Formats: sequence, structure tokens, C-alpha cells
Amino acid sequence: MRSRAHWCWFSLSYVMILLKRRSSIAETRCLLYLEHMIFKESNMTTGIEARGFIFGPPIALAIGAKFVPLRKPKKLPGEVFRQEYDLEYGSDCLEMHVGALASGERALVVDDLIATGGTLCAAMKLLECAGAEVVECACVIEIPALKGRERLNGKPVYVLVDSQ
Amino acid sequence: MFAAENGLSGDPRLQGIYEAIRVVPNFPKPGIMFQDITSLVSNHRVFKDTIDILVDRYKNMGISVVAGVEARGFIFAPAIALEIGAKFIPLRKAGKLPGAVISESYELEYGNDCLEMHVGAVNIGERVLVIDDLVATGGTLSAAIRLLERAGAEVVECACIIGLPEVEGRNRLDGKPVYILVEPRQQNYVVWYITLRSSLVLTFFICCNA
Repeated sequence: MRSRAHWCWFSLSYVMILLKRRSSIAETRCLLYLEHMIFKESNMTTGIEARGFIFGPPIALAIGAKFVPLRKPKKLPGEVFRQEYDLEYGSDCLEMHVGALASGERALVVDDLIATGGTLCAAMKLLECAGAEVVECACVIEIPALKGRERLNGKPVYVLVDSQ
Repeated sequence: MFAAENGLSGDPRLQGIYEAIRVVPNFPKPGIMFQDITSLVSNHRVFKDTIDILVDRYKNMGISVVAGVEARGFIFAPAIALEIGAKFIPLRKAGKLPGAVISESYELEYGNDCLEMHVGAVNIGERVLVIDDLVATGGTLSAAIRLLERAGAEVVECACIIGLPEVEGRNRLDGKPVYILVEPRQQNYVVWYITLRSSLVLTFFICCNA
């Protein structure tokens, strides 16, 4: 599916080029994506370990938000919030630092892919338990057949491309 | 080599980066004063300063690849790659990358670990910058250098936010220069002492009035 989002993410470097010269449709579409995020007025961008760490920080830097990592167990030092979630076989857990955010802060959750939605759902619960407002989840890829969106309680998910 | 001794002496951004690091005692094991960079990246201005300093250094060095070491290297490396027009490649722990990979083992204090990179991630002769949050003994960075050189790339430099005392005085690692922004943050023992003494006084007062 060659949506406008396809052009934005396949070369995120366009984001930087477009700030200097807005000459092509591809670059304009990337600007639209960035403006989409700025319009949402997020105070913070969270990225889910580890592939969310690749995309989350550049977005945070570009929109003037702080970056907060959501990590696997025992990776973060000090006091943490924990949220367990189910896997196909067994369970896993996400953690976030206590004090990483202030109550009422508007958060964007970034990961590379949404499949069953279990990880994103855990991330949302973690942030909401800490008092944040999850504005949106953003992923590069979605696997629609796994219906991950249905686990997110109506929270919007911004996806760039589908994996058929 | 430390940034303050290589062109950035007196740069206030370095002091801001240093002060943004949080020290967590006894993590991941007793006796370790863990240098936590999550407090740095949660401060947008300081995070931006960190990236700006590294981008200014590397933007004219003809670097076509920025390699980030999993996982905290992933927080810094892609932003640098985007700014200097280079590609980003992840160097990951064993079993994380799909498809054909090349692996490099390295020693830990107890046991071994492994870094992997996709076959074909770099072309022969490409100039590479390696990024991690911290360098201690240099074991992880050395493995990264060997991995990239086995694939035919030229490692131009390694860059880290924090350099521990083990690496101090060593400008090169396996023959490659290492660029470091700040020394480890020292825990504020004055504040710790005052807090502890105040707690003891308060506890004594409560017991006397109980």
C-alpha cells in the first residue's frame, strides 16, 4: 500500500531536508507527518525497547518533547513502575522510571510495529498508571490481520504502512 | 579524548550534560555507581545539546554509517545519523536480528557476551561512527570495531556520552580514537550526608516525644 505515509518513513532523512527546502511531494508529506505530531502537542515521546528507541528519540527532538524509554525488566536503575502483559506463550513486562513524567503530561508512544497490540497496551497502561494522558500510538508497520488496534481501548494508532 | 580537552573547553553545554546524568548506587550490583542517561534524554534542551555537539564534530568527516550499540546506543545514534545524512545500523545482542548476521564475542567481568550485525549492512570501505552511551573497559566498543572491520568498513571514531576512569588517558581503543563528552557524574555526598543527618535528628525527636 503506497500511502502518503509510505513516503514519509522510508526516508526519515527527508524530515531534515524538508526543513531547508520544501521542494518535493515526498518531502511535503514528511512535513505533514511531523506537523501531525506537533499538532498533537505531546510533552513526551516514549519508545519501547529496543526498536522503539530508534524512532522515538528523533521524533522527541524534532517536536521539542522529552524522551522516556520503556524497558524490559531490570534494565532501568532505581524505582520503576511495572506492567505485565501476555505473550503467545507466557508473559513479559515493561518498566518505566517513577518520576519520569508529571501527572497530566501528554504522551506519544512509539514502536516499530503493532501486531497483537499487547506491548502497546502495556505501554499505555504503564503511562496512564503514572498519570499521563496517552495522546496517540505511532508505529511504522501494522499487521492488520492480528487486530492489534482492538486492544487499545479506542486510542488512535498512527501507522505508516501495512504488512500484508 | 574528552570534549573539554578537544575544542570545547568551557562550553556550558558540557556542564549541562554532566549535571543531567543521574547516579544510582549499587546498580546492577553492589558497589557499582550506575551512570543513568535517562534523566539526560528526558531533558529536551540537554538531549539536543548532546546531539548537536556530536553532529558538529562528525558532519564533515565523510561518515556514511552511524552504528549504535544496543540498547542505549539506539537512543543517540539515529538522531546523529539523520542530521549528518548517514545511514543507521543497529549492533544487537545475540538472536535479535533476523536473517544472516555476523557475530563477535567479547568478555565480560564474568563470562562472555556477543554483538551481531546484519550481513550486508555496510559496504566495503564505508566510513563508520560507533555510538554508545558509556565506555568503561572498552570491551563492547572493541567488539563493535572488530565486527565492522570484518565486514570491510573503516571505523573512523567511537563516541560516547560518558567515559569511566578505566578508559581515562587512553585516547584510542584498538587503534581507533574514542571521543567522550563528560566524565562520570559524582554522587552529591554533601546532600546525602545532610539528608541522612536530618532524618536521624527527626527520628530522635519523634522518639523523645512519643
